[in-house]
Amino acid sequence: MGIILEVNGPLVKLELPQTVIGEQVRVGRIGLIGEVISRDGNTALAQLYEDTAGLCPGEEAEGLGWPLSVELGPGLLGAIFDGVQRPLQAVREKSGDRIARGVSVPALPRDTRWHFVPNPERRAGSALVGGDVLGTVQETESIQHRILVPPLIHGELLELAPEGDHTLKDVIARVKQADGRIEKLHLFHRWPVRTPRPYKQRDHAVAPLITGQRILDTFFPLLKGGKAAIPGPFGAGKTMLQQQIVRWCNAEIVIFVGCGERGNELTDVLEFMPKLKDPHTGRPLMQRTLMVANSSNMPVVAREASIYVGITLAEYFRDQGYDVVMVADSTSRWAEALREVSGRLGHMPVEEGYPAYLGSRLAAFYERAGRVKTLAGEHGSVTLIGSVSPPGGDFSEPVTSHTKEIVQTFWALSKELADARHYPAVDWLESFSGYVGSAAKWWAENIDSKWESARAEALDLLGASEELQRVVNLVGVEALSSEQRWTLESADLIKEGLLQQSAIDDADSFATPEKQFALLAAFLEINHLGMKLVKLGAPARRLIQMPLMAQARRWKNQHPSDDIAGLKAKIAAIPDAFEPLLQEYTHPAAPSITGAAATGASTS
Amino acid sequence: MKNLEFRTATSAQGGLVVMSDVPGVAAGSRVQLRDHAGRIRSGQVIRTANDTVLVEVFEGTDALDLERTWVRFLDEPFKLPVSRDMLGRVFNGSGLPRDGRPPIISADRRDVNGEPLNPAARAYPREFIQTGISAIDGMNALTRGQKLPIFSGGGLPHNRVAAQIVRQAKLLGEEASEFVVVFAAIGASHADARFFQESFEESGVLNKVVMFLNLADEPVIERLLTPRAALTAAEYLAFDLDYHVLVVMTDMTAYAEALREVAVLRGDVPARKGYPGYLYSDLAELYERAGRIQNHHGSITLIPVLSMPSDDITHPIPDLTGYITEGQIVLGRELANQGIYPPVTVLPSLSRLMKDGIGKNFTREDHPHVASQLFASYAKALDVRGLAAIIGAEDLSDSDRRYLQFAEAFERQFIGQGEDEDRNVHETLNLAWDLLSMLPHDALTRVSEDELAKYHKGVVA
Ligand SMILES: Nc1ncnc2c1ncn2[C@@H]1O[C@H](COP(=O)(O)OP(=O)(O)OP(=O)(O)O)[C@@H](O)[C@H]1O
Ligand SMILES: [Mg+2]
Repeated sequence: MGIILEVNGPLVKLELPQTVIGEQVRVGRIGLIGEVISRDGNTALAQLYEDTAGLCPGEEAEGLGWPLSVELGPGLLGAIFDGVQRPLQAVREKSGDRIARGVSVPALPRDTRWHFVPNPERRAGSALVGGDVLGTVQETESIQHRILVPPLIHGELLELAPEGDHTLKDVIARVKQADGRIEKLHLFHRWPVRTPRPYKQRDHAVAPLITGQRILDTFFPLLKGGKAAIPGPFGAGKTMLQQQIVRWCNAEIVIFVGCGERGNELTDVLEFMPKLKDPHTGRPLMQRTLMVANSSNMPVVAREASIYVGITLAEYFRDQGYDVVMVADSTSRWAEALREVSGRLGHMPVEEGYPAYLGSRLAAFYERAGRVKTLAGEHGSVTLIGSVSPPGGDFSEPVTSHTKEIVQTFWALSKELADARHYPAVDWLESFSGYVGSAAKWWAENIDSKWESARAEALDLLGASEELQRVVNLVGVEALSSEQRWTLESADLIKEGLLQQSAIDDADSFATPEKQFALLAAFLEINHLGMKLVKLGAPARRLIQMPLMAQARRWKNQHPSDDIAGLKAKIAAIPDAFEPLLQEYTHPAAPSITGAAATGASTS
Repeated sequence: MKNLEFRTATSAQGGLVVMSDVPGVAAGSRVQLRDHAGRIRSGQVIRTANDTVLVEVFEGTDALDLERTWVRFLDEPFKLPVSRDMLGRVFNGSGLPRDGRPPIISADRRDVNGEPLNPAARAYPREFIQTGISAIDGMNALTRGQKLPIFSGGGLPHNRVAAQIVRQAKLLGEEASEFVVVFAAIGASHADARFFQESFEESGVLNKVVMFLNLADEPVIERLLTPRAALTAAEYLAFDLDYHVLVVMTDMTAYAEALREVAVLRGDVPARKGYPGYLYSDLAELYERAGRIQNHHGSITLIPVLSMPSDDITHPIPDLTGYITEGQIVLGRELANQGIYPPVTVLPSLSRLMKDGIGKNFTREDHPHVASQLFASYAKALDVRGLAAIIGAEDLSDSDRRYLQFAEAFERQFIGQGEDEDRNVHETLNLAWDLLSMLPHDALTRVSEDELAKYHKGVVA
């Protein structure tokens, strides 16, 4: 037993001999929980996960003997937890609409009965190692929860429960460890969140994560097991983009960590999830999703913990052999929580108040992503997507610049694009993906062998148009040659008809890879046909006025992914639209309409 | 403990008092200080150990004689008595009457810091509030339970805009009587406070308004309490009495500056521009008190007003606000200088909840597309205007000249409107089509072909 010596914001100085850093403590009459972050002789400093108002020096404190851990087992899917894994629905039943302090509710329900099916390969007497699958529980229609032997346990299986209904309180297996101790296993186990869960080996990421967002999948792909960041100023669309990924991506498990952001955004997810269907399996999305929620008005220390809670849950499903995506919105709020605590600890700030270890903490966090061979010998992956909220939208600030060095895919959002309501406001010049080579293999095998060259060509076109736009801004569009004007127009078509993708348009919110590639190829074809005409002497102005150009911009909205045939029919008719002009310019004798030879002589 | 008076203050500076040898004081406890003249000041414990206790004094520490200051620890946080009788009353920043009438007597006293709302208990805001202002309703619509700040600058008419919203705000198809207003002036000038008071009086809503005033010449530290007191009143009105509460808080810049002042005294590590790293969390604690709760009828819609230092939207105060609120209405000097009221700069303005509160079942089916088209066309028109400034309007193409005219008309007719002009959302949308009809069909790709056929008034291109 110890006592409180001093209370200063979320930090409490305790007299608590023999504690260790990271140990959980329970403090004061109302029993607030926190963790020890430093120790000096008999005194220790703890940060508490809840508001410390009302705590008095002299009140009791005790060390609990374990570090911050999460409960891993059936009951996770569809749930919403706070930053230290308190189940918010159950907390609400207990303490009402507002989160009262000191409420303690177990993370996973203890009374729910789960139907356990033992793994036929496991028999009494067989050897067990951590990560082995003891059996399964069909937790939701979509997800079979594999009950794992906790990673650090190995020994001889003495007894395994037969098929039947069990609660988390029941013992389902007994294992005799090497040292002779008998370990009782349940449907769930605990794992400390700051320790990465072990695996057999790291493997190369191979398959792209399909998000249904064209600017992501087609232009800056991410792989299952990869790491990505979404930096952008406020209002640029980070949360919307992450929500789109949560909705549509082809992962098996999705974990949304709301870290220091708006309460309403979590409510939004909670409200839309049950109504939406997974486009890949047709099952309700909620069945594959879970949330960790520490909104900005919730205590800041729990915010720091929340992303570790999230990533540990992700690793747990990875260890069952699933492809897991975790999105964290926003890693900047996590970094700020770190800064707040380090400031109170008196650590020397190096940049904008951040401690020197910001970069290494960020790197260690993102390192927990990856595709691995699990202890049970299967493949599983954790894909990590973090948003970054740079102050003033300045990407040179510490959190953005460190993150940029760590991630392989960088989806940079731009204020200019967002202001012009070009969504998703992913800036094609600032963004990058280190996974294009691997993704190209997948696209070539599954969609079209020309994906890589088409992508590169479209990016070149966008780059060229950027240069031309600068000229236009100085001297006007009339100063451009017809060829240049057509380049500009083609790039505009790609921007409006392909890159812009409204999250709130039912027909286009998600685009299959087929639809993505069909549109890309179509617009490149339009560019080629037009360019051919321009070279034959047709003025760009006439091409731009073709009804096709306005029509093509609407195709994405008119043809949802399940109407690929309708889209292909329109695409097949592209050459017809150019035919009259082609006739006109391939037969030089034909009279040209007045104005056809207007300003901006075409290069031939 | 609360019956004991201590006379052990050892230092006082800028609103903070250090007390020694007061064992067992609770963190966050409310404090009463009696000075040599018998005046009572109130404060709050911000750090506590057995040998020293740090107290923040809301009325400030001016003329505090340490030897003749008696301090009492009340063993409870700062609480505001709440009752229906608050309506029509004027309080100071700590919740004491400043209208010469007796204090609110109520057994129900609420901790002004509130408790965080469980995200699983919130209800997502989806109901369109018509403000009667086209730039807002048409392109940045407000919904019930949203937090939507006004970003402004010195000399811009943000107070007039806020007052107009308060006067005109209504829900479609529901009588306006359920609305009440909580108004918090934080470091506001006497003139501003008077302006609001008169505006509420003129529109006859004074008995539906609760005011908390901390004026520019009043204690800085009390500014930290003012929005908390106001939001506590708002929560009571919304979630106990089922009112739809519109909270206006002006000026949040004064609030943030007060926070910085205290942070410096406490020795907190500064992040940007001297503001403490926790400015974000602190503002979020306030702004997140807006919203709706499942199974409750009432709601809190929050309109914080803030002036951007040197009109800089990347300054930490607007920046962090923008990161917390659900959009922002940005007022611009350029439009104001041209005599356009309200000078809403639409491109950087945004209402994030608009998408969920407009369209078919809420306003009109074409609303989402019209808004998107207005943004796109106006953005394009501004590019053309930039070009015209360089090459001259004469050298523009016909199509570009049309855009110039569109920009002009859009700013004068759509954004611009009278301070008493209350346009319903249909008028706003019809006006939008009048203007979009200045542009040819093929320039309008954000609206559908059906909508073009139905609403576009120009010749078919
Ligand atoms: N893909 C999209 N489709 C349609 N609208 C979008 C899209 N992305 C963003 N928006 C619009 O932009 C608004 C702001 O987006 P969002 O809330 O995601 O910004 P953010 O970058 O997360 O901002 P903050 O950092 O403040 O949280 C949305 O409310 C929506 O109106
Ligand atoms: Mg966001």
